[in-house]
Parts: sequence; C-alpha cells; structure tokens
Amino acid sequence: MSKRKLPSGSVALSQYRDQHFRSTDSKNTTLRGNRTEQEKLLLLSTTLYIGNLSFYTSEAQIHELFSRAGDVKRIVMGLDKVQKTPCGFCFVEYYTRADAENAMRYINGTRLDDRIIRTDWDAGFKEGRQYGRGKTGGQVRDEYRTDFDEARGGYGKMLATKIRRTSDVS
Amino acid sequence: MERRRRRTDSLSDDEDDDRGRKRRRIATDGVDIEDRLESLITRVGEKSTSSLESNLEGLASVLEADIPNYKHQIMKILCQCVVSLPEKLTVYTTLVGLLNAKNYNCGGEFIEMLVRNLKEALKTGEFENARMMVRFLSDLVNCHVLVAASLLQMFDSFVEVTLEDNIPQVRSDIYVYLVLSALPWVGRELFEKKENELNSMLVTIENYLSKRQKVHLPALRVWLNEGPHLQEEYLDCLWAQIKNLRSNRWNEKQIMRPYLAFDGVLCDALQHTLPQIIPPSHNKSMVYPLPRVVFRLFDYTDVPQGTVLPGSHAIERYLIEEQINRIINTHHLERKDCAVALLGYPAKNKIPLNYMIVEVMFGQLFELPRAPYLELFYGATFIELCKIQPSSMPEVLAQASEMLFDRLDTMHSVCIERFVHWFSYHLSNFQYKWSWEDWAECVNMDPNAPKSKFVREVLLKCLRFSYYQRVVESVPESFASLLPPDPKPFYKYEQEGAGSLAGTMHAHKLISSIRSKCTPEEAAQLLKDLPNVYPNGQENENPSFNPLKIDVFFSTLLHLGSKSISHSFAALAKFHPNLKSLAEFEDGKICLLKVLYETWKNNQQIMVVLVDKLLRTEVVECSSVANWLFSFEMQHDFTSFYVWEIMHSTIKKMSRHVDQLQLDVDNAHDKQEAAKRKEADGLDAGEDDVPSDEAIERMEEKLEAATSAQKNLFLVIFQRFIIVLTEHLARCESAGVDYNTPWYKWVIERLQQVFLMHHELVFRYINTLEQLLFTSDIDIHILEVFQQFCALRS
Repeated sequence: MSKRKLPSGSVALSQYRDQHFRSTDSKNTTLRGNRTEQEKLLLLSTTLYIGNLSFYTSEAQIHELFSRAGDVKRIVMGLDKVQKTPCGFCFVEYYTRADAENAMRYINGTRLDDRIIRTDWDAGFKEGRQYGRGKTGGQVRDEYRTDFDEARGGYGKMLATKIRRTSDVS
Repeated sequence: MERRRRRTDSLSDDEDDDRGRKRRRIATDGVDIEDRLESLITRVGEKSTSSLESNLEGLASVLEADIPNYKHQIMKILCQCVVSLPEKLTVYTTLVGLLNAKNYNCGGEFIEMLVRNLKEALKTGEFENARMMVRFLSDLVNCHVLVAASLLQMFDSFVEVTLEDNIPQVRSDIYVYLVLSALPWVGRELFEKKENELNSMLVTIENYLSKRQKVHLPALRVWLNEGPHLQEEYLDCLWAQIKNLRSNRWNEKQIMRPYLAFDGVLCDALQHTLPQIIPPSHNKSMVYPLPRVVFRLFDYTDVPQGTVLPGSHAIERYLIEEQINRIINTHHLERKDCAVALLGYPAKNKIPLNYMIVEVMFGQLFELPRAPYLELFYGATFIELCKIQPSSMPEVLAQASEMLFDRLDTMHSVCIERFVHWFSYHLSNFQYKWSWEDWAECVNMDPNAPKSKFVREVLLKCLRFSYYQRVVESVPESFASLLPPDPKPFYKYEQEGAGSLAGTMHAHKLISSIRSKCTPEEAAQLLKDLPNVYPNGQENENPSFNPLKIDVFFSTLLHLGSKSISHSFAALAKFHPNLKSLAEFEDGKICLLKVLYETWKNNQQIMVVLVDKLLRTEVVECSSVANWLFSFEMQHDFTSFYVWEIMHSTIKKMSRHVDQLQLDVDNAHDKQEAAKRKEADGLDAGEDDVPSDEAIERMEEKLEAATSAQKNLFLVIFQRFIIVLTEHLARCESAGVDYNTPWYKWVIERLQQVFLMHHELVFRYINTLEQLLFTSDIDIHILEVFQQFCALRS
C-alpha cells in the first residue's frame, strides 16, 4: 500500500516520449540507454510542457495560473522557428518537484484564456527546444490540423496553403 | 494507495474464467499475492454489481483461506485501511468482525496490531490517524469483536487527561475529541450495556467543556459576528450534537452499518478485551492540533424543497460533514476521483448533497490559520463537480457566491482574500460570465468597503488571467470606476516634459548603450558623474546611496525589459552587478523598490514577480521589502492585496531559506556520524564526501545568521504594524471618531494574518515578541490580537 515505486494517477508519466531527446552522456548512444535516461530525468523533473495554448496567451497569464500551484522559476515560451512569435506551447519550470506535481494534478485539463490546456512532464529545457518543429516553423500539430482554430492561426498550415491556392486559381 | 479503475479483479458477479486462471498463476509468487490481497481489500465497498453483503462475505472467505500463509500481510493491509480509507470504516469493521467470527486468534492479532499503531500515533502526535483508530475500535464493539466495558476503560483513561495539571488546553481537547468523535458509532451500544458508566463519563466531559477558555475563538472565525449562523468552536458544536444524539436515545440516521446484516454470525463470535491504553504523558515538544471553528453557510431555508438539511446541532450534520471531509482527505491528490467520490456519497436519507459538499469545501478553503490543502485544489475540484453535474452544481456555487458576497462586511480579511482567489479562478474557467449587475451597489462605496474591495480585487485577478480588454468587456459599463488601470509601465524619462529632469540626458544615453549591448561596466561608467540628488533635484545627504543614479539606471532597465517577464529577468540578470552596487545598503535597496513601484504600479503582477526575483538574486533583503511595504510611498496601496501577497511570499522565502540551511546542517551531522560509526567498526569511511568539522561550523554560522535575520524580519513587521495601528487609534481618539473604520479592519486583520499564516515560525519567537513588542503598555486592541494568538496553543 505504501510501497508505491512509480508516480501514479495524474502525476504519472504519459505514454508520450520526446523523440528528439538526446542523452548528455556521450557514451550513452543506444536507443534503450537513451530511453532509460530520459525516463529517469522525467521522474525527477521540475519542468512541465504545456500544450494547446492560444498563440495570444502571454507569459504573464501563464505565470498567474501556474503560480497557483507553487513558485514558478521560469517560463520558456514556444516560438515559431521562422517568425519568432508564440506558437501555442511553453515550458514551465518550478523550483521544486512537489510544486510541479501539484500543477500536473490541478491544472492539467483546465482552462487558460478560454482553452483547455494540457500539461506533461518534460525532461528539462534545453536551448533550441523553444522552437516549433513543424516544417513551416510552428508546431507539428498545426501543420496537419483540419479544423479552424482562431486562437492558433486559423486552419492548419497545409490546409491553409491549399485554400489559398484554390482561391488564387479562381 | 493504488486505486485502479479496472473492475476485473473485483469480487462481484462479473468475474470471468480468465481471472481464475490468473489467480492460480500468480499464487506461486508471494509478492503478487500481496498486491492482489491489497487490491481486494482496499476496493471492497466501492460501487459493484453485487451487494455489499455478498462482497464482504466473499472477501472474508478468501481472506480466511489466505490467513494461514499471509496473516501478517492481511493484518497490515487492514490496519492501513483504518487510517487511509476511513470513509469506509464500517465496511472494514464488519470485515474484521467476520474474520474474528471465523478465526478468533486472527481477530486478537488484529486488535493487538491496531492498538500498537494507536499507541505509536499518540506518542508521535499523529492525532488524526489516532482518531480514526479510536473510532474503528469503537465500531468493533458493534461487530462483537471487542467487549464494551474495555472500550469504556480506554475512553475513561482519555477523559482523565482533562484532570491533569499544568498541561495546555489543546492536549485535553484532543483527547476529549477522540472520544466524542467516536460516540456516534458506539453510543447506542454503550448506552444499552453500560449506561451508568457512559453517563458518568459524559458528566466529566461536560464539566471540562464548561470550564474551557476560548480566547482563541476570535482569531479563527470566518465571520466577525454571529451573523445568520452561530460560529461555534468545534468541541462545543460536537458536544451539542452529542447531547442531541443522547436525547434521541443514541439513534442516528446516517451511518451505514453493514454488520447489522450479519448479526446472526457475529452474535456467536467470542469477544476480546481491549488492553489498557494510557495516553503518553505530556512533553513540551509535542504539538497538538489547533482548535477550529465550525463553518456554516447554509440552513434548511436555502436548499430546495424535497431535501432536508439537518440542523446545525443534529448529529447527522456532523456525520455528513465528517464523511465529506474524509472523502476529500482520501482523494485530494486526484481531483477527478474526488469529485466522483463526493457525488457518489451514499446518503441514506434525502439530503441536499451538493449544498453539503459546497459548504464543507468552502469550510476547508476558509479554514484558519490555513486551508488543509492547496487552494487550487478546491477550485479545480469545484470545476470537476460542475462538469459532472452541469445542471445543478454551477447553480449551487453561484448561490453560495451570492451569499458570501452578501456577508462580506463581516468576513475575515484573510477569507475574503481566499474568496477573491477562488472566484477569479472560477470565472477564468467559465468565460468570465457573471451577473455583475446584481453587485452594482459597490460602485459608489468607499473603496475600502469590503464589497467594493472584493470586486476590485477580483477584477485585478481576472486581469492577470486574461488581458485588459477582456476584463473591460466582461463587466457592465457602470463598473468603470472599479476597473483596474491598463497595466502598462510608466517611464518618466520619455514622457513629455522629461527634458527638464535631472537624469533625462543620462537615461537616453543609457537606453542606446544597452540597446547596442554594452557591458555592465560600460553602463556603470555612463552614470558615474550623476550628482547625489533625488530625481526631483532635491539634495540627498545620505552618502550610502545615490537616488538619482538608482532611478535612472533601474527605471531604464525596467523600461527596456518591459515586454515580458522573461525580458525583465534577462535585463536584471545581465546588470545584476550594477544593481548590487547601486543598492549596497538598506536605504539604497528601499530606493530601488520605490523605483520599481513607480514604474510598474499599474501592473501588480509584474511587481510581485520582480520583487521575488530581486530577493532571490539577493539584490534586496527580506527586511528591505518589509520596510518598503510599510513606507510612506506605499501607504496608498497598503490595503491592496498584492502588497500582502509580496509580504507573505517574502516571509515564506525567508523561512524556506532557514529550513534549507537547517537541513544542510542536519545532513552534514548525519554524514559525519555515519562515517564515525563506520570507522569505529573498522570500515573504510569513504572520506570524499564526509564534511569536516570546519565545514559544519561554517554551515552552522550561516544558519545562525539566517535565523537571526528571520527573527529580525518578524520584529520589523510587527513593530511597523504596531506603529501604524497605534497612530490610527490615537488619531481617532483625539478626533473623537470611531476607530473601527474599513481601513482599520483590513490592517488589524492583516496583522492577524501574519500571526496565523506563519504560526509555527512566530511561535518560535513568541518570548522575544512578548518582551520587546507586545508589552502591556501598547493599545489593548493590538495586544488582543497577540493574546488570541498565544491562546491557540495554550
């Protein structure tokens, strides 16, 4: 009953693993070694990845919500690689693990700026990760979306291009 | 405790063949059997397709078969359930009763283990766990596991604590509470079997309760006067409820008692005698639970027809509240499970459950000194409750908000603050929709009037969650005077007419240098020849700081970093050495904070964030922040909530710092001792990370310095409080007006808040405070706050 080894419930690790994760240990090159180290970091991390933000949500708004779970150390806004404007995600780092856990418990799935946001553990911010990884510079999900999401730049990038082309032709 | 969602393991009828195979397979491996036992035991009593009785019967047979091999494990799991799942207490007492009927020794060993745990809990001060164990033992009398007389003996030895001399009241309180809070479960049985003994115990309790001091009561009240509901001390209220229970011949209508169905089996079981349990004697280091006040919001006229809200002195009210509190306690880490469990409350009679949940949750949120859980937990759980019951829960919450708003005038400031926090958060999750027109009365009120202040502060918080235009659009136009200002920075050196200011030329030069990425040294060089004057040209005779330099440099830096929090942080980080040297001494630090205020007074959030940064980077000290907040320049904002947000976060940072240093010292000592032990045993101590005596000494010096800084911080804060309050009282007296103004209420309650919020710390310095500050010659209104605080632990 008290012998819980791994965090469970809302503070458990999700299935998702960052595919770009690279170990800082140069000897650690195997895929499996990488995974184990990544998991170890995730279990100790005080950093969260926050997704499904509006492009218009400011750092200060994020700060207000997340500081309700504990003392926020820093926020790194996710930026479009090309335009250097917010592209709908960020990293929130806390001073302590306990505070980060509270954010996972009580903020994941609630609203910020009228959008349901998602929180997940992150292995820790590294330079370069603030940029979107989509082909056009934003987040990958915004390349393929087919819905119209005003707070995230309207239609997905691919669909938007198609629409533009069609209207150019006609 | 694992609470798996899967139902495949349950004891209900929906078992399939696969499970039978699985069980056999696992049975070869002892560890998995334990997991399975734990899962079976912890989940009995959850919703199931078959009846609780058949599940209990099935489980008892399974356990009976496993007892020869896994007795110890089963006992341990059961004992854990006593404290971890108290909302299912009667389910487990019944289970223990059934086991005892099948196997008398097994019942005896369980009692032995539980009694051992109880003694340990009393010794280590885990009184909440102890309370659950006492209640459990009591209910075991109903299950024919324990002899009633032996339980009464334990009760008597607890009640005897009230006769001890030279003990704090909180000690005797808790022992009486242990007994009273078990009586609804076992009162009837004791009444039938040992009426005289029960009555004489109750007489002792009544005598004790009538003589208790209640100086602490005003410090813990949510409402300042006896509004629509009496605000009772928890023991007084429970006693009134118990008296009612007694006059109903100990019959109550809320407790689910599964053992009644097994009466035939249980009746034949042999009973055990509870061993003697004597409370461990008092020692100075023991911390007893603080007293509480029972929070009430609703009465029967507030709830819809068809349901009955038990009166405030009905034992049912206590039992429902207690059960809701237990559910919250068990599930507070998982808000969704918590909401589901709360709404799944198995009420035996038609009660207005949503109202009870809302009242209990607000009761916890407003509890003084502190809410039991993170404030955010309550907000997030209310949202889940609204999601599950979208047609009724939002309505109840809205009604509760209206009622709280109506009663704001007598609400404790600390609770108003928590109400603001919750309400703004809640609105931010529901598109800021609210019938603001209903609160239009506050538009023309004194800005310090509680209702007006509440609305202003809520809008300020909404502003932080959203943005200026959004807030403006979400309230009626008539609310314009309550709206916060547009949260933009102010930079005087680029205002019209800035040319005549003494620092403008330098400021402009600094802007272009910083923009072209100058070094901190170059920036310092640029300001070298600024005279030591105030920005308005007035001479400064204090050589320890240069107000003009600080103003030009810091306001320019803030201006250039004003785009976002990160930009500001980057600016502060790069020019950290400049800030350190400009504000080397206390006056300079306060001057720096005043520049921050001038720049960002329209954006409270950024002020809070930047003061935090300045503290953490040691540009300013905790005491400078306190002195700044009490300074003349801040008087205008003194009752604003953000001022107190900064004050308390400053105190918290100080205490975290002290705690960390204490931890370092303790760890170093432990390491050193471990190494010495190893050495004594002739083992290699592994010298590399064993701290030397000098290293430990240095750490202890650091700790000592931090502790004295902490003490000093409290002295500064309390002294400044005494000064502002004394001035106010004297002014009112000489003018012959009532001192009890809205301003006075905010400030005296903020003083109370400093005591309450940090009560563990303040208690450490209580003797110093009594000797130096709260002496008999200060005004009685101020002294009273101190005395009420002291009474909390006496």
